[in-house]
Amino acid sequence: MASFKPTKIPLYPKLGEKVTQDTLYWKNYKAPVQIKEFGAISSIDFSPVAPHNFAVTAFTRIHIYGPFSQEPVKTFTRFKDTAYCGRFRSDGQLLVAGCEDSVVRLFDVGGKVALRMFKGHTKAVHVTDFTSDRYQILTGSDDYTCRLWDIPNAAELHSYREHTDYIRCGVASKLNRDLFITGSYDHTLKVFDARADRSVMTMDHGQPVESLLLYPSEGLLVSAGGRHVKVWDLLKGGQPLVSLKNHHKTVTSLCLSSSGQRLLSASLDRHVKVYNTTNYKVVHNFDYAASILSLALAPDDESIVVGMTNSILSIKHRKSPEESKEASEQKRRRPSYRVFVKGKNYSPKQDDYLVSKPVKQHLAKYDKQLKKFNVSKALDTALETWTRLRKPEITVAVIKELDRRGTLKNALAGRDEQGLSRLLNFLVGNLVDPRFAPVLATAAEMILDVYRQVIGQSPVVDRQLLRLQDLLEREIDYQRDLLEVLGMLDTMFASSLPRAPVPCPGAGRANGLAQGEAGPLRPQLQAT
Amino acid sequence: MVEHGDIRVVHRGGSKINFREPVITNDSRLLLCASGESVKVFSTSTEECVHDLRGHTDLVTGVLLKPSNHLQVYSCSLDGTVRLWDFTDGILIKTYVIGYPVYSIYASANHEGVIFIVTPTQSDKRSELFQLVALHLPQSGDQLVEAGELSAVLSDVSSNPGAIVFGRGGEYIASAKDLHLEVYFFKKQKSYRFSLKEDNKKGGKNKFTCVACHPKDDCIATGHEDGKIRLWRNFNHKKEYTYSTLHWHHNAVSSVCFTPEGTNLLSGGLESVLVQWRYNQESQRDFLPRLGSAITHIAVSPDGALFCTSHSDNKITIIQSCVKVSAVIQGLVKGESVKTDLMVDPRSKSLVLNGKPGHLQFYSLQRDKLLYNLDIVQQEYIHELGLEQFEVVKVVFDASGNWMATVEERRQKAAELELNLKLWAFDEQTQSFVLNTTVSAPHEARITAMCFCQAIDSQTTMLVSASKDGHFKAWQLPRSAPAEDEGPSWSCDFVGAYHGLVPECCCFSADGSLLAVSFQEVVTVWSPTSWELLTTLSQPPKAIRNLCFGRLSCSKYLLGTTANNLLCCWNLLTCSLEWSTSMDISLLLNDPLTENMAAFCCQAGHTDLFVFKPSEPRPVFSLKAVCSGKVTHAVFAPREEMLESCEESSQWLNRSQLYFLTQYMDLMTFTTKAEEERLMASSKQLVIDDSVAMTPFYLLLGKHRKQGNPDTLSSPSAERTSLPQGSVAIKELLQTPAHVLPSTSFLCSMFVESLLISVTDTREEIKQAEEEMESEKEEEDSEGEMESSTSRPEQVLLGGPSAESSAPALTKAQVRELRRVKKLDHGWLSGLLHS
Repeated sequence: MASFKPTKIPLYPKLGEKVTQDTLYWKNYKAPVQIKEFGAISSIDFSPVAPHNFAVTAFTRIHIYGPFSQEPVKTFTRFKDTAYCGRFRSDGQLLVAGCEDSVVRLFDVGGKVALRMFKGHTKAVHVTDFTSDRYQILTGSDDYTCRLWDIPNAAELHSYREHTDYIRCGVASKLNRDLFITGSYDHTLKVFDARADRSVMTMDHGQPVESLLLYPSEGLLVSAGGRHVKVWDLLKGGQPLVSLKNHHKTVTSLCLSSSGQRLLSASLDRHVKVYNTTNYKVVHNFDYAASILSLALAPDDESIVVGMTNSILSIKHRKSPEESKEASEQKRRRPSYRVFVKGKNYSPKQDDYLVSKPVKQHLAKYDKQLKKFNVSKALDTALETWTRLRKPEITVAVIKELDRRGTLKNALAGRDEQGLSRLLNFLVGNLVDPRFAPVLATAAEMILDVYRQVIGQSPVVDRQLLRLQDLLEREIDYQRDLLEVLGMLDTMFASSLPRAPVPCPGAGRANGLAQGEAGPLRPQLQAT
Repeated sequence: MVEHGDIRVVHRGGSKINFREPVITNDSRLLLCASGESVKVFSTSTEECVHDLRGHTDLVTGVLLKPSNHLQVYSCSLDGTVRLWDFTDGILIKTYVIGYPVYSIYASANHEGVIFIVTPTQSDKRSELFQLVALHLPQSGDQLVEAGELSAVLSDVSSNPGAIVFGRGGEYIASAKDLHLEVYFFKKQKSYRFSLKEDNKKGGKNKFTCVACHPKDDCIATGHEDGKIRLWRNFNHKKEYTYSTLHWHHNAVSSVCFTPEGTNLLSGGLESVLVQWRYNQESQRDFLPRLGSAITHIAVSPDGALFCTSHSDNKITIIQSCVKVSAVIQGLVKGESVKTDLMVDPRSKSLVLNGKPGHLQFYSLQRDKLLYNLDIVQQEYIHELGLEQFEVVKVVFDASGNWMATVEERRQKAAELELNLKLWAFDEQTQSFVLNTTVSAPHEARITAMCFCQAIDSQTTMLVSASKDGHFKAWQLPRSAPAEDEGPSWSCDFVGAYHGLVPECCCFSADGSLLAVSFQEVVTVWSPTSWELLTTLSQPPKAIRNLCFGRLSCSKYLLGTTANNLLCCWNLLTCSLEWSTSMDISLLLNDPLTENMAAFCCQAGHTDLFVFKPSEPRPVFSLKAVCSGKVTHAVFAPREEMLESCEESSQWLNRSQLYFLTQYMDLMTFTTKAEEERLMASSKQLVIDDSVAMTPFYLLLGKHRKQGNPDTLSSPSAERTSLPQGSVAIKELLQTPAHVLPSTSFLCSMFVESLLISVTDTREEIKQAEEEMESEKEEEDSEGEMESSTSRPEQVLLGGPSAESSAPALTKAQVRELRRVKKLDHGWLSGLLHS
């Protein structure tokens, strides 16, 4: 006597990303905290010292947030116009910011009023930074110049006029107090040495440069401009190392993870991409609601802060170890191992008489009903909310099994308004899924056949039927469009493929059939 | 045309064992069932075939234990004879010649010396009308008896043996046909007839299908076509009869049966569920579901401990009192059509074809036994008429037997075709195939052909499937496994098409460097490495039916047959036609071990076979009229051990054997004379040796004996001088436990006789040879003297009256018995040789 063979649930290949270590790492963040600012957020900078506050530059203000506060800890409002590029000094005591009115202001983090005002630029200053000796300030402006200022007496030390367009990004070296790099809309990156009066190195990015990043070792420089992210080897005299083109809009911001193993880039296309810095492959991807202007990672990757054009600041905090453990514990709600093992590890003594118990086959709920030929009940159990929403493939497999048994019509018939609307709901949700369409199309036909006379009796059912109709119409249009595209592609492939002459058998029997194959040869990957 | 007298077409294996109800012997150790032209005796515990009772010349239609002697069994056949057998020893005791085909046989303990048989109404033999006649068995000592003393009991009965049954203690007999139930009382010599209406209100069919009588009570159970069972009581009155109805089955009840004590009623039908009803408490039922396929017969052992059911898939299941299945005797399953074609598993060398629904059966041709069934579809089988089921339609193996590909399909009336391509890997641990990859909907239409790349040394395995949707696809196993926990799985590598034509056949060359795909009338040749179309071949504008590459020395040839009766051979080096000939070939196949090709050619209603090499103009072998009808399935199976035939005509059978299926689904093969002789010698030995049940222990012992024999055969001269044979006999005599030996007085004469082999023995042999003109007889006679106790006295008899006096232990009856045994053997042998 053979045992009951349970319904086969086909394993569909998982669409979307594969679960890797990176996925687990970068997914381990809580739901974002969103804070509305007064305008587009152009810059975010984390304080290098302990509480790791961060400065958010938006419109005419700079807000400083604590690591877990939702309200600004501190606000700098003394700007006449839009502020740019609020940066902390390496001791976290001072903050510098540029402004649309060409004045660079230096603040004490504790105070309110600017300590110093550096005047000299003629146009908006988009770039400010401290040099590594803490006594000088680097600025870059739309007047094509970048300058070095002395903090104590607010005097201009140097002015470099080498760029031929707006300077929109720049970093000072953290290892060498004289070295800094600027990027400009004239597509170039220039490395300056304060001891020399000219740039010491020039690299051509090819697009207006939006962001710059130095590796902690300062051997590699990353620049972002246009859709490209490029990595340069400074030790080899500015040789381009890699060019990445993974975004489809301008890349606006770059940052490195705390370990230096991952590079993050944010773009106007609303994505943040995470690259592996050894092979420069994208390992993870974040989606945001609007175009991203600025991106910063807290030390130890504790939080990801993103500023967007719609003036929303999004802060994602890393889950604490207890929280992530809790989540995994919730999944395991089975009886403990002890229950299963109970008595199983008992080895029979010599005189014991062993009564063997037949192993009971475990069947799913729907299989139990199918075994008893209760077709309607089997469909009901397969349509339970959890199964229907989380595992539609089970519901579809049961429908297919019922169809194979020739009892699908019986199972579908005789339902009340609630049951029917549940069925229709499932159809609306899954009918156009290419994996389920062949099975559900038959089921849908049967439902329409069976319930034809009840149309017009219930507003709920009618509404759902209309939705179904609407869905099908849209799907048909969509398929037609796809076919058109396919046809276009076919003609393009056919004209571009070289036509190899096929050797004809020498029998001289010209049958007109011996020609090269015209159709496109597309290798197809099949789902297994 | 060369005449080949020594190659014959013979039936091989897989006869039907579910044709008639099986019989369980009184001790429940053996099971007898009609199987083709013989009666097979199986062991109920080991499932082994113990004896094959051969003698009938036509289909055996019934088996019945002799009521007065439970060690003997009657069998009846369409050849017009009823034979009585001793089934423990497997010998024929008596043959009653009736002269009319017998369709079934019945007997009762109350009617001694009378058996009841169903024959066609005597007036004209061809009619569909049957009658039940009583046959008085003449008491005569002869082995062959004319039995002409017939008296009609009931006219117009059904030829189905389940429709007639003896009632309580043989007092009455009940027969059902169509809508009538007739009960004949022997004492009153009167019959009552009860009728049912054609259809009842709900449109069910009331026709009777089977009858059973309660052994202790006056109650008849009848099964009906609409699934009802009726229990009839009070049927010794014309008017006041009553019946009650039991209904569980939803399709026709094919068999009903009471247990010997009458406490339970068993019924079965298409649902493949054995239902056990409590007698008088019919609401209580027990079920034994999922027995595999439709139940055709149910039998109960005389002590009620064992039930056995025959199933439509040529299977007998032995069940221990409705609790658990204890043994399954499975024959070769032969459905209406073999969709998968015949295949040979390269590993087990077994024949692979469709078995039970959704299964593949692996059938060992050497042992004539089903090895195992492999579940391909892996779905619960719903037993319902008219339901479209998944069917396995294609199966192919790769050259090493590591991979198997199967295609299953289900076609619904309105909806589109459901197709699944499954790839199975051979698992060394479990020694069977394990599912590796399932591809649902690999093609949009039916798959017409499939083949594996046959090259053994190739790096990757490749499968090509051609479909009616106008594409052929190449499937490949990626060489490096992806870094995941599961192993590698197959994926599509290439999709090819040719001018939108439908591909029909595909074939790889022996080295795997070329793929030939026929698109209707064009053969395209592709290179599987680059997927380049190398060349196209097209001879006469007709669709290609078969396509085949040559092998070994003929690997440069590509052969094809077309719909307009042409066999073409292309040379692939010159891309031109080498030769073609006009023949209506239904099937072309190549031998994987040699360069021979076999072509089955249909002509004027029957099939001819040609075996040829593509490079030679003359066929190696040809045989006209192999069988009637068209041959569509055939296969070359490699032999276990090579034959060494030097005759030119039979050399093609040396390395492999050709099996084919006829129109009527008979599995046939070709044998040479030498092979047949060898086979006969071994089977002969079996028949004489068998006095104990075939147990594994016995098989061990039997092997020992067989090993002993060749020594005696090879050295007949040494036998005389040192009497090694005698010493072996003595040894055996001394080693055998005393309690199993016959009485000493009986043995003594034989023992002395065994020491006295000299002139008489050889003279006897010559005599026998002259008498029977058979060569095997010598082998048989020169077997060990102690081999069987019957062979010695036989010689004694022939030796003359002087020997008889030295064996006073033999009674007259024994002598007669022995003579009969001797006669039986000869008749059987000559029958085989002359047929």
